[in-house]
Amino acid sequence: MDFWTRFKKNKLALGGSFIVVLFFVVSIFAPLLSPHDPGEINLQNVLAPPSADNPLGTDELGRDVLSRMVWGSRISLKVGFASTGIAILIGIVLGAVAGYYGGWVDSFIMRAVDIMLCFPTFFLILAVIAFLEPSIWNIMAIIGLTGWMGITRLVRADFISLKEREFVQAARAIGAGDMRIIFIHILPNAMASILVAATFGIAGAILTESALSFLGIGVQPPTPSWGNILTAGKDNIDIAWWLSFFPGLAILLTVLGYNLLGEGIRDSLDPRLRG
Amino acid sequence: MAKVLQVTNLRTCFDTDSGTVRAVDGVDLSLEEGETLGIAGESGCGKTVLALSIMRLIPSPPGRIASGQVMLDGVDTARLSDEEMRKIRGRGISMIFQEPMTSLNPVIPVGEQIAEAVRLHLGLSRKDATGKAVEMLKTVGIPSPSERAKEYPHQMSGGMRQRVMIAIALSCRPRLMLADEPTTALDVTIQAQILDLIDRLKEEAKTSVVLITHDLGVIAEAAQKVAVMYAGLVVEYSSVRELYYEPRHPYTVGLLESRPGPRGKGARNRHLKVIPGTVPNLYELPPGCPFHNRCNVVMDRCKMERPEYTEISEGHYVRCWRISP
Repeated sequence: MDFWTRFKKNKLALGGSFIVVLFFVVSIFAPLLSPHDPGEINLQNVLAPPSADNPLGTDELGRDVLSRMVWGSRISLKVGFASTGIAILIGIVLGAVAGYYGGWVDSFIMRAVDIMLCFPTFFLILAVIAFLEPSIWNIMAIIGLTGWMGITRLVRADFISLKEREFVQAARAIGAGDMRIIFIHILPNAMASILVAATFGIAGAILTESALSFLGIGVQPPTPSWGNILTAGKDNIDIAWWLSFFPGLAILLTVLGYNLLGEGIRDSLDPRLRG
Repeated sequence: MAKVLQVTNLRTCFDTDSGTVRAVDGVDLSLEEGETLGIAGESGCGKTVLALSIMRLIPSPPGRIASGQVMLDGVDTARLSDEEMRKIRGRGISMIFQEPMTSLNPVIPVGEQIAEAVRLHLGLSRKDATGKAVEMLKTVGIPSPSERAKEYPHQMSGGMRQRVMIAIALSCRPRLMLADEPTTALDVTIQAQILDLIDRLKEEAKTSVVLITHDLGVIAEAAQKVAVMYAGLVVEYSSVRELYYEPRHPYTVGLLESRPGPRGKGARNRHLKVIPGTVPNLYELPPGCPFHNRCNVVMDRCKMERPEYTEISEGHYVRCWRISP
């Protein structure tokens, strides 16, 4: 059985990919899907419960929650993909070099990984953001720059086992150089596990961004993000449940979707890993 | 004729925690244009390490070429830079490996793997290289080559993959091809086909071949010269004909006697002879001749001194005190 056959049989993975695709479509067509301008303030209509005009209610400034969430999904996706992209790029390069060359290069890189893992990542991010301006670009960069260690270890482990394989020897025998062997011969063989790690990484990054925005040091208002809608919700939770419920649900579903997708890919790539 | 390959006193060591292993311990070989040299010997006698040493592909550390010279077409490879050596691999010398199942990259279509070698060395465009790959697949006898070129290794049988390996190895018409047990993993009918193929293509490309195997039958079929290795040493070297009819070294004699002969009178009752014992541990090689503890004609001298590599008749070298005192 090949990958797709197994993947299609996995109901949870299909559910996960459905959620992922759904949020993708929502964020791409945000201008068409949002019923109101997400920044439009209407002080006549603050903290209104869900109604026909505002399907998910309004916030403390009378802005439409649905519209803000639709636009907020763009932030989540951007941050998720960009920061995971950064983490993967660093992870691939460092992991490949460490695993392929071994020796002191390997020791040096792996000690750097150990040191980075000593920091409680979230507090490291908090500390760095305290010095930098909390913009979406800084958030992407900092989440990416603190999230590459796991992928480095993963790629290194794959390279250590793959570089001993006979086809690598054969590639050397036709005169391929180190860079060619690393990127053309070995890396594609390690792509499967990197892809799985990336999927989980996106879920983690989205969660981190929401948490930062919730604490007020992530994406800054008035730009809508699921995290900062939640902040407003927290202040009004006794009178406006919809303000915290829907963004929370969106975060939950997205993270769940990516995790299910990642697990589905992993199980379909190698059914022996299921468990 | 020019010597395509001349190996002089080559020693390859591996420094391990439990001591230095001399996997190749003073090998002399030479090979002329268009010749096939068979290298025979038991597992662990240094055949593969010899091939990798010629390619300068010994993993280092722990391996190193301790002494000796490998001349390729008159060029001493030890003097070349890593970059120059890299350009020679695939172009000047190429290699076929034992396991066709694992020596092709599982995630790259076979056509591209052939094209890669061509592009690296002949500087062809992607399109021309793909064309060349299809042509090579056709040459090695793979039906519908242009469709097959797009397939991945797992879609092919072992014999076909070995054909692909041969296509890669010969795509740049190298001067020398090292075939490390190219038929060991294949069944007997495919073995014969692959040997024929190597033989035919080497004629066409004027490539010399070093054929490494533990199967003396394969060597008899495909090679003109043969070197018998034991514990990192060449113990006997001669033309195939002479070795089969007049083997001199007791180890060679033992190897030949341990093979089943053709059916004939008396064959039914003949038990296969075996050489008692096993290859000595390379960590603690006995002094003297490495074969002395298994030899049936051993003398006192064999236990003390290593025999010299001597030419006993035109082109026939033996390393044994019995033969050349």
